[in-house]
Amino acid sequence: MALPTPLQAFSALPKEGPHDKHTVSGEKMTGAQALVRSLEDLGVTDVFGIPGGAILPVYDAIKDDTKFRFVLTRHEQAAGHAAEGYAVSTGKVGVAIVTSGPGATNIVTAIADAQMDSIPMVVVTGQVGAGAIGTDAFQEADTLGITYPVAKHSFLITNAQDVPRVMAEAYYIAGSGRPGPVVVDFTKSAQNAEMAYSWPPEKILPGYNPVEKAHGRVLTEATTLFQTSHRPVLYVGGGAVRSDAGSQVAQLAHLTGAPIVTTLPARGIVPESDPQVLGMPGMHGTVPAVGAIQQSDLLVAIGTRFSDRVTGRLDHFAPTAKVIHIDIDPAEIGKNRTADVPIVGDIATVLDDLIPKIEAAHAADGTPDLTAWWDQINGWVKDYPLTYDEPTDGSLAPQWVIQQLSAHADPMTIWAAGVGQHQMWSSQYIDFEHPHSWISSGGAGTMGFGLPAAIGAQVGSDRAFGGKKPVWLIDGDGSFQMTSQELATAFQESMPLKIAIINNSVYGMVRQWQTLFYGNHYSQTSLHDGDPTKVSLPTDGTTTPIEDKHSVDVPDFVMLAQAYGCIGLRATTKEEALKAIDIANSVKDRPVLIDFRVWKDAMVFPMVPAGSSNDSIIYKPGVEPLNAGEPSGVGVGITPGAVPAAIGSASASSATSETSPDATSGASESGTASTWEEK
Amino acid sequence: MATNYPASRPGSEKHTLSVLVENRPGVLARISGLFARRAFNINSLSVSPTERPDISRVTVTAEVEQIPLEQIIKQLNKLLHVLKIVELDSSTSVQRELVLIKVAANEHNRSDILEIVKLFRVRVVDVHPESLTIEATGSEDKLDALLGLLEHYGIIELVRSGAVAVMRGPKALAEKVTGSEVTGR
Repeated sequence: MALPTPLQAFSALPKEGPHDKHTVSGEKMTGAQALVRSLEDLGVTDVFGIPGGAILPVYDAIKDDTKFRFVLTRHEQAAGHAAEGYAVSTGKVGVAIVTSGPGATNIVTAIADAQMDSIPMVVVTGQVGAGAIGTDAFQEADTLGITYPVAKHSFLITNAQDVPRVMAEAYYIAGSGRPGPVVVDFTKSAQNAEMAYSWPPEKILPGYNPVEKAHGRVLTEATTLFQTSHRPVLYVGGGAVRSDAGSQVAQLAHLTGAPIVTTLPARGIVPESDPQVLGMPGMHGTVPAVGAIQQSDLLVAIGTRFSDRVTGRLDHFAPTAKVIHIDIDPAEIGKNRTADVPIVGDIATVLDDLIPKIEAAHAADGTPDLTAWWDQINGWVKDYPLTYDEPTDGSLAPQWVIQQLSAHADPMTIWAAGVGQHQMWSSQYIDFEHPHSWISSGGAGTMGFGLPAAIGAQVGSDRAFGGKKPVWLIDGDGSFQMTSQELATAFQESMPLKIAIINNSVYGMVRQWQTLFYGNHYSQTSLHDGDPTKVSLPTDGTTTPIEDKHSVDVPDFVMLAQAYGCIGLRATTKEEALKAIDIANSVKDRPVLIDFRVWKDAMVFPMVPAGSSNDSIIYKPGVEPLNAGEPSGVGVGITPGAVPAAIGSASASSATSETSPDATSGASESGTASTWEEK
Repeated sequence: MATNYPASRPGSEKHTLSVLVENRPGVLARISGLFARRAFNINSLSVSPTERPDISRVTVTAEVEQIPLEQIIKQLNKLLHVLKIVELDSSTSVQRELVLIKVAANEHNRSDILEIVKLFRVRVVDVHPESLTIEATGSEDKLDALLGLLEHYGIIELVRSGAVAVMRGPKALAEKVTGSEVTGR
């Protein structure tokens, strides 16, 4: 026998030794069969993925009588996002199985997305045989090394006997504590090796002890803060959704009278119809939500992480507030904002323990009077409702389209979105009445998330709700094109998915920043897939269209939908829009895509420019309600004419009467655009 | 408490962390990757086996303020392979480093250097007509002082281990730690 190569000699992987041969009782099968069986025994009912060379044995073990449904996607990234959409809509762990090398790297985006939004997911990736690791074998990638920074945990299986234990651990880690993605890199040699299967395996996780229950002292301190505060706000994030704590949050709000603001992933945790819900805080939050946070004296952060999209400039965020921070991840507490009362634990469990303490305190000392606080909040609610400008070019207002989608949809609808302007408008204008009904990429902001996530949600709806929850995807023309190949998946699975393309023919959110902060320089943001003027075909019988590449729609979303077997509709007027929505809501056997042609100059407001204080929230251009009486102190490099009034000029000129409007707008123009750059 | 980048900066107080981890492939990559990812700049890091075959011990020193230090500890704790983290106080622990110093030495100054070696109670491990190689162990302060004195003779080569540290008294850090008999994942 040849001597071992240097790689083999130094390999950290365990050598086949006598200890592997000692008899373990159980059913004889291969590692690949054990993986499929483990998923069944874990109760996994739906799996997404794409096969490939290094995962073939596992796919071979998936048979007609396998207990889970397998959904074949057309790209590994989509398999990952579908698993995420499934996890968010059902509260279960999403599972994806892909191959090694490019299959694994393709799904990294989805893993990173799930990590940012704490979505429970197990990703099984194929890996070359253990003996070939490190040799740059075909379709080899260091999947573990690539995913260390973006996964909650990762495993490498080199011994078939480890399969049940590793899968049980992976599933448990993904779904417990602060949920997240777990990677299981499965060598082909272990897939093919014989093992003895028994269930359940013993989990060995000495370094993993998530804290569920808070101790009493911090709960007492929190109660004291509630009792002594007169301007409290509940700032509720995605952690409350993961913990399924909607009813507890509502109960706490009703008990204390505190208003609720819900961050992007937490939309719908408490029904929007509840008068205590003020909407979303942050960069595109409502004035009441942002105002309430900024002027609060007690900020109760519940399952949220003080993201920069919420806080804006951190040292100006809720400057007068004491902070109670409840989170299951100790590392989130004190990461961005020091907590006066840190509470580590599962949100639902903590609130269940906290509420009786507050009730007792009310009984003993009375209830704090929040009348003045609500007078102030109600003033904002009355004066600054969400509003938008009507298009000037005869196209549809995107906000109107989304309002209509919400108004005409089944109340049980699960909404998914891509990333961009349409996502913010969806968050603002959809009437969310149920938790787990809003699926959106928050922390990572992954364009292309929408369609595969909606597919996952549809699978989740079929499984957990008998298909009774219809799924609407609201996507942008740019975002949609990043994963549009998944229309094939949706059609082949006969999904009655409803897709609204909010088509403004541009990368709208980037364009909005170019309008506001880059002097209307629209660098590389035109997509030409929904321009208002359509090309006319020549009338002389030739087939060459009149040469004007800037008015040809590529792709034609209606034809694209039809090419994938879906129903494609276009709406350029309100009548067409309403009719198309009705058709989409009535089709039950295949996907329907509607290409809504909307105004490209529509902008998302309110807006807090990136990196500035929440106090400079712009309700609409020229109106900074929280800055009244004070110069904003920030200039926005806005070109006159793009927007009716230069942002910030109204408040500045009202504050200093001797400042002429011209001088003010001049000052605004010279404002450092670099202030707003994403650093 | 604005975000500091990097989280650690010179001039802050020096801290020593002892981190007990599962002894398995990839653990060091996870830990060093975490430091890099979260912009924690560390002074030294040493890894070694312990009295228990299933546990390795990582000693990290960093100059860092109290609040970023808490973040480092919390983030380390999130790694599943990390079993226990203890911050070692210099008053209740013994900390040592090892340094090998190759000093330029000739017939004129060799005896001066040997005098310093004697004063510091360190050892010469290699002699050459043009150099002396000195092995020294001790606390960071002692080694810094030694290096300060040897500097002007001309240091040809220098290698220094990271600090290792152990708590004073009869207890072991790993006493209550549940280990893992599983290897190779």
